[in-house]
Amino acid sequence: MSASTAGWVVLLSPLVGTIVLGVLGRSLPGRTAGFVGTLAILVSFIAGVFAFFEIEGAHGEHAQVVSTAWDYAVTAGVDARLAILVDPLSVLMVLVVSGVSTLIHLYSTIYMASDQGYVRFFAYLNFFVFSMLVLVLAANFLVLIIGWAFVGAASYLLISFWYRRTTATSAGIKAFVINVVGDIGLVLGTYFIFKHSGTLDFLGTFEGVKEDFARNDGDLVAGCILLLVGAFAKSAQIPLHTWLPDAMEGPTPVSALIHAATMVTAGVYLIARMHPLFEQAPAAADVAAVVGCVTLLVAGTIGLVVTDLKRVIAYSTMSQIGYMIMAVGAGAYFAGMFHLMTHAFFKALLFMAAGSVIGAMAGEQNLDRMGGFRKAMPFTYACFVIGGLALAGVPPFSGFFSKDEILLLVGDRGGWYMALYVVGYLAALLTAVYTWRMIFRAFHGAPCPEAAELERGHLHHAEVHTNPATGEVEDTDVGFPGAQHHIAERSPEMKVAMGILAVLAIVGGFLQIPWVTHGLESFLHPTFEDSALYERHPSDGEIAFGLILGAGLGLAGIAIAYAIWVKQPGRAVFAMERFKGVHRLFVNKWYFDELLDLLVVRPSSFAGRFFQSTFERVVVNAGFVGAPTAAVRAGSAAVRALQSGFTRAYAAALVLGAVGVALFFLLQAA
Amino acid sequence: MAIGWYLAVSSLVFCIGAAGVLLRRNPLVVLLCIELMLNAANLALITFSRMHGDGDGQIFAIIVMVVAACEVCIGLGLVVALYRRRLPIDVDELRELHG
Amino acid sequence: MAEVLFFIAGIGAVAGAIGVASLRNPFYAVLALVFHLLSLAALFLLLRAEFVAAAQVVVYAGAVMVLYVFVVAYVGGEIRPTRPPNTNRVRFLAFLVAGLLFVELAIATLGSGLKAIDTDGAPLPAEPGFGSPEQIGELLLTRFLLAFELASFLLLIAAVGAVVLARRRGGLGEAADERTAPVREALRPPGTGTMLEAVQGLPHEPVTAPADVHESEALAGRREGKE
Repeated sequence: MSASTAGWVVLLSPLVGTIVLGVLGRSLPGRTAGFVGTLAILVSFIAGVFAFFEIEGAHGEHAQVVSTAWDYAVTAGVDARLAILVDPLSVLMVLVVSGVSTLIHLYSTIYMASDQGYVRFFAYLNFFVFSMLVLVLAANFLVLIIGWAFVGAASYLLISFWYRRTTATSAGIKAFVINVVGDIGLVLGTYFIFKHSGTLDFLGTFEGVKEDFARNDGDLVAGCILLLVGAFAKSAQIPLHTWLPDAMEGPTPVSALIHAATMVTAGVYLIARMHPLFEQAPAAADVAAVVGCVTLLVAGTIGLVVTDLKRVIAYSTMSQIGYMIMAVGAGAYFAGMFHLMTHAFFKALLFMAAGSVIGAMAGEQNLDRMGGFRKAMPFTYACFVIGGLALAGVPPFSGFFSKDEILLLVGDRGGWYMALYVVGYLAALLTAVYTWRMIFRAFHGAPCPEAAELERGHLHHAEVHTNPATGEVEDTDVGFPGAQHHIAERSPEMKVAMGILAVLAIVGGFLQIPWVTHGLESFLHPTFEDSALYERHPSDGEIAFGLILGAGLGLAGIAIAYAIWVKQPGRAVFAMERFKGVHRLFVNKWYFDELLDLLVVRPSSFAGRFFQSTFERVVVNAGFVGAPTAAVRAGSAAVRALQSGFTRAYAAALVLGAVGVALFFLLQAA
Repeated sequence: MAIGWYLAVSSLVFCIGAAGVLLRRNPLVVLLCIELMLNAANLALITFSRMHGDGDGQIFAIIVMVVAACEVCIGLGLVVALYRRRLPIDVDELRELHG
Repeated sequence: MAEVLFFIAGIGAVAGAIGVASLRNPFYAVLALVFHLLSLAALFLLLRAEFVAAAQVVVYAGAVMVLYVFVVAYVGGEIRPTRPPNTNRVRFLAFLVAGLLFVELAIATLGSGLKAIDTDGAPLPAEPGFGSPEQIGELLLTRFLLAFELASFLLLIAAVGAVVLARRRGGLGEAADERTAPVREALRPPGTGTMLEAVQGLPHEPVTAPADVHESEALAGRREGKE
């Protein structure tokens, strides 16, 4: 199978899955719909593997295969084609996306089994995977924008999956609106770049970037920053990050897939793909690096104090994406993609395990209520531990190698990048602390009632289903979560999915051990051949220092978390009292929501009200509509006055008319 | 007498008829004034017929008389119908056909 | 001699005209018109149009005016004015307009440069004689045959129309009327269909065309309602 054929199969399989599930899903018995969905993505993954073997080791044109299905319009300098680009970067993304998706689909076949919207879920999930694959396989800006928009729509559909829950629908709308802001940035950025390059095609644009633009050309910087706006919205970077914690309203598999492994990495992919543009406009790349750095620090601090289990993981996602954005902003492309890959593994694993815990808690997500699940759920605990170690950056787990690679290459740039280097390591410490805070609080200590119940062999089941956030009562038959809850210990499918990810989280890092293996770097080389920043050779001393520091900070973080939350739980409360102001700042998420409300929401709603009540009423109704109406009325009233009904008036008009005609003829004859 | 005199009389009578139509309110009198105007036109026609020396104008005048007769017929029929229905015999009052 | 007769007839015509336009009593106005018509017949005779003069007297003054007399007698002279007399402005405007018309006509006829204005007319043809019945008859039946036939058609229509207008409801075909009347009544939309109703809405009591004779009360009521 050639690379382009494999590429099309990759795209078409989830699309077929969506359509089949959407049209026929209801008629499929039991849980077949789930397996159909999983199969569709598995086919995609296998096709991706074929593409991998085709692309690997190829050079030049064979490494970057463009396949066009359809020319929409090639007129007036706009070449709109339905084309896919199969090259190492996109194949890597395809493998990560479809691979992790397959496992999450498998997990969901059990997790969502008792949900009313089971078939709908898999249709949406397949649609999401299709959109994401369109995004990563796009060969020109048009298809990229199409994929980008579809992914946003799929995200909205999946976040507000339990559509009767007002918190979920509000979160969905919030995510969608912020995504649309990103879409605008993306489209405008495309315009700025297209203005000079004259082609929408990626390869064409990249080849011509040095001729079309001067270094740090105004239009290019503007275009790249607008592209960054799109990337930040999708990847939940500051200031467009407020939607991600709220997006945890969606079912856990959705959080695992979209908000950990795939959709939020679209921004990273975008910057890596556009690297020629960013290298020609270093100002924009620096903006990306700084924003990524700020995000990773802020998210890390918030993760220390949140009490919702899924939100802790969400903030850690935000933080890790910050690492990736910082990496690709600073030119460490393959490091960023490496971390993307490993992060997908251990983050999806963490989310899946969190889903298991939430199932045991019958939907409750609050860390304050959890405790001591270690004995009751050993498999889940093991997954959490593996994921946590990977996230904290403890060798030999995958997170260690990828995070260190990033920080190493960022520090290697020198100059002001050293500040980013320092902040990165500081945040690594924070990462370890909050991750293990979560693990210790949920699994260590005295068992909470649900844990105790589970130890005795009975899965806790709530009599009255309520929304964990608001306490509102829910009906499990209609647009709300189903009545049954599922945990990993009791379902082999979930165990298989989580197990595979756990193994990958352990061994994934071995692709790129310093001095030893260069698997990823060499695979991605053809894409980044034209990059000045790709080939880097930091000194051995730097490498060693980074490795030791990373490992040390990871273990230190675990130790600190142990000391505070296991050894002496009172210490946490004491710290909270002592640093009340700081704590309040973190708990309120650095007041970003309030800021956005003040700057954006209030003026918009004021403007809306103003336009509706005043402008609409006065200018439109009275002015635009009323004025012509009144004019016509007045005109016709004036004309109507002629028809008074007075016979004598008519007679007078007749005589006057005769006078006028006679006058005309007289004058003419004179 | 010269032709001009007759034309002067005709114009004068025509204008008196026009003034009458505009001034009077009784529909019968209005119709009478219209008769005046028609007769003035007849006079002018006969005068011109005399001027040319052939009978075309006279034929025209006879046809005008026929038309006047018909119009009087219908007009008076309308007035009778109005009277029968006890409506006021006043052109200013009869103004329902308006816009 | 002819001039004297002309002046008598002319002044008679103008006096009759003024009488028609200004006399209050319509009966007297009719009489004034008769006088005017007779003067006009005299003028026609002076212009050598004998047949037309005779027709004028017989048809116009004889038949049409008699018809007028009958109707005036039937309707009666409206001594009681239903509205205040014409305001000065209306009078002024009417005189102005008529005056303008007169000036124009005078200029048109007298100042137009017609060469024959000052003459007595063209030399008369030998035979048939000018204005004689033979000439009229010949012309009517040859050159103006179509006009002749159409004029008779017009008379027929006028006669039919007059009969239709003046008949009493409930006279001819009463039963047929009554059978179809309810259907017509049902299909008829409310109101009289005027623009005023469309704009202002229908008046509070439904107004339909008067179905019987005694509805002047309805009209009087509406007039009072408006004022």
